[in-house]
Amino acid sequence: MSGPSDYQPSNPALQWIERRLPILGLMHSSFVVYPTPRNLNYWWTFGAILSFMLGMQILTGVILAMHYTPHADLAFKSVELIVRDVNYGWLLRNMHACGASMFFFAVYVHMLRGLYYGSYKEPREVLWILGVIIYLLMMATGFMGYVLPWGQMSFWGATVITNLFSAIPYVGESIVTLLWGGYSVGNPTLNRFFSLHYLLPFLIAGVVVLHVWALHVAGQNNPDGVEPKTEKDTVPFTPHATIKDMFGVSCFLLLYAWFIFYMPNYLGDADNYIPANPGVTPPHIVPEWYYLPFYAILRSIPNKLAGVIGMFSAIIILCFLPWLDAAKTRSSKYRPLAKQFFWIFVAVCILLGYLGAQPPEGIYVIAGRVLTVCYFAYFLIVLPLLSRIETPRPVPNSISEAILSKGGKAVASVMVAIVAAGALFLGSLQDARASEGSDQPPANKWSFAGPFGKFDRGALQRGLKVYKEVCASCHGLSFIAFRNLADPGGPGYSVAQVAAFASDYKVKDGPNDAGEMFERPGRAADYFPSPFPNEQAARAANGGAAPPDLSLITKARSYKRGFPWFIFDFFTQYQEQGPDYVAAVLQGFDDHVPEGVTIPEGSYFNRYFPGHAIKMPKPLSDGQVTYDDGSPTTVAQYAKDVTTFLMWTAEPHMEARKRLGFQVFVFLIIFAGLMYFTKKKVWADSH
Amino acid sequence: MNPDASTIAAGAPIEVDLSPIAEGQDIKVFWRGKPIYISHRTKKQIDEARAVNVASLPDPQSDEARVKSGHEQWLVVIGICTHLGCIPIAHEGNYDGFFCPCHGSQYDSSGRIRQGPAPANLPVPPYQFVSDTKIQIG
Repeated sequence: MSGPSDYQPSNPALQWIERRLPILGLMHSSFVVYPTPRNLNYWWTFGAILSFMLGMQILTGVILAMHYTPHADLAFKSVELIVRDVNYGWLLRNMHACGASMFFFAVYVHMLRGLYYGSYKEPREVLWILGVIIYLLMMATGFMGYVLPWGQMSFWGATVITNLFSAIPYVGESIVTLLWGGYSVGNPTLNRFFSLHYLLPFLIAGVVVLHVWALHVAGQNNPDGVEPKTEKDTVPFTPHATIKDMFGVSCFLLLYAWFIFYMPNYLGDADNYIPANPGVTPPHIVPEWYYLPFYAILRSIPNKLAGVIGMFSAIIILCFLPWLDAAKTRSSKYRPLAKQFFWIFVAVCILLGYLGAQPPEGIYVIAGRVLTVCYFAYFLIVLPLLSRIETPRPVPNSISEAILSKGGKAVASVMVAIVAAGALFLGSLQDARASEGSDQPPANKWSFAGPFGKFDRGALQRGLKVYKEVCASCHGLSFIAFRNLADPGGPGYSVAQVAAFASDYKVKDGPNDAGEMFERPGRAADYFPSPFPNEQAARAANGGAAPPDLSLITKARSYKRGFPWFIFDFFTQYQEQGPDYVAAVLQGFDDHVPEGVTIPEGSYFNRYFPGHAIKMPKPLSDGQVTYDDGSPTTVAQYAKDVTTFLMWTAEPHMEARKRLGFQVFVFLIIFAGLMYFTKKKVWADSH
Repeated sequence: MNPDASTIAAGAPIEVDLSPIAEGQDIKVFWRGKPIYISHRTKKQIDEARAVNVASLPDPQSDEARVKSGHEQWLVVIGICTHLGCIPIAHEGNYDGFFCPCHGSQYDSSGRIRQGPAPANLPVPPYQFVSDTKIQIG
């Protein structure tokens, strides 16, 4: 894209094509001989990482769409069937869902890099604005993608976000109706979001082409912010930048794989494993983490319309950045004050993100307002002012001169350390507060925890027995078929045992030739029958509270881990909030109601149930279920076994996930190592 | 992209029988995909709703204007928080009315906003009394 190419392929067939469509020359001049500044650091590999992630999302998304059903009654189930029955469907779904988070993580790094090194400045304004457009399209795509699984958070997230448009005077209501295709969020909404979610990534790809084109016209910025002057300042894109990007991508893949294989639900919300219900609002609606800073801005402004305007202008303001910051020096490396304010700005964004996930009350609201003011002040006051009063340090004459006089690298890492230390300090405060009288479920030792966790076969079989003899009288298990009991990584029954197990059940089938429904013995392909024909019947038979289906219960329940813990959990791979909660509730019944707690008629006290009043009577008592293998027949053992079983029903392919994860990690580490040494070799003469 | 014919047809008026709702109780019916609360208010709730100084409310509206005269005990409101569309919980909050769990808005026994970020009262859907114990919504 930098002028006519003089590239001539040697192969006659390629020459024939090249004379008619010079696409090879275009590729050659754009990605092979294209001169790239030789002082680029690893922050510049995020462009390649983002291109990779876009490709990954489109690829996994197209395959997922082949198995997905965009209908309000079927969407949730079809996503579960993808995870359970489609070959490597769990992998595709995890790659796509975690991929969205990784995509946003990379785009934030990419944007902050542009902000730090002044990559938006003349002559790269259009390049920057195209980037903001891509970011906006990404936000729309990500939001609509989150709606598709049609869980509780999908539904209520869609309700809250579409309602933002109702704040627009006069036309707001009509716009919202247009978005919904009905009188509320419903099936038409899901259908159009699916269509747009499929369309927008290709628009993003189109704008990315423009973005790269603009980049190749203006040339890349670099950490020193001086334009390349001589040939000595640049290296050819291939092999130098290609191999460096390959190394960057493979390191990024390590992080991505950590989420895919070990923490697939870390960034999600447990409520999204509950099917959408228009009649029940979750107590706390939180968007995905990448929207949280903007959600915090929305909520901190008390007026509805002003809040919506504030939220959108927080993004739109980025378009005006090239003119708000008029400083001649590009790189913050040579701007002592701008550098400090940049890191403060990063801290403000992270804290806003934290506040966006907190309930909007008390100190959080005040902190949100202060930080919102800080966010806008950075763009509207600090940057315009700095460009007038700041005296930048002298900028090197050329890139090669900058490389010769390296230094000052430590400052950034010191700043990162300070921010991290501050975060830990805040965390310890939080921790001190949380430890006062809590009803947090106690942590258990689970055989399936950790990177090499496996289900305890004995516990799965005992848990199945407990479910069948106790839980099944009220709770369904509708996503599990009898055949699953023989699946690898499951309770480990033989096919014959499963057939015998299934034939004990009566399953409704039909209609037969006479047009009548009839009952027959169950087959391996049948699903566990539910105890009630529908939710209303379940509700009516249980004093108004429908017993939830247990297939996903260990993923659909969680408790708040609080600030420092959720960071440690990332490293320790602690993911067992759900099982801990389920086991605790099963054992948390107490006839003795503590003072200050009132339990309504028909409810029971449970220490770990939110609000303490549970409609389910104490389900387990010692000796209730007989065990053949000599395990103790105590409530604690029952609770542990049935929870293990329910963890398996929630994720039947967990063992396969962790096993493949280990293989992928071994491969990625070797691959990244090879890339690193190849990169060193290629760059040996260029540093 | 506006609602299609079947969606509009499904949004036709519905009739609701009020006789099973005892005093102090309320039911939730769905109309056009929206939850509609029908509350059989107690004397205390009606008195509280009428005792308020209307001018002091964030969205001033008298209780008389929000119910049908002669049927003061019946409050019919769309149960969608005017802030960001969550469903408030009936019989909760400090005003004997509704409480929205999402962002803490509180409505009184007339469905008027009293506290929190919501800008307006719970809207009253179009409805009329077909007989003393039956209403038609829509």
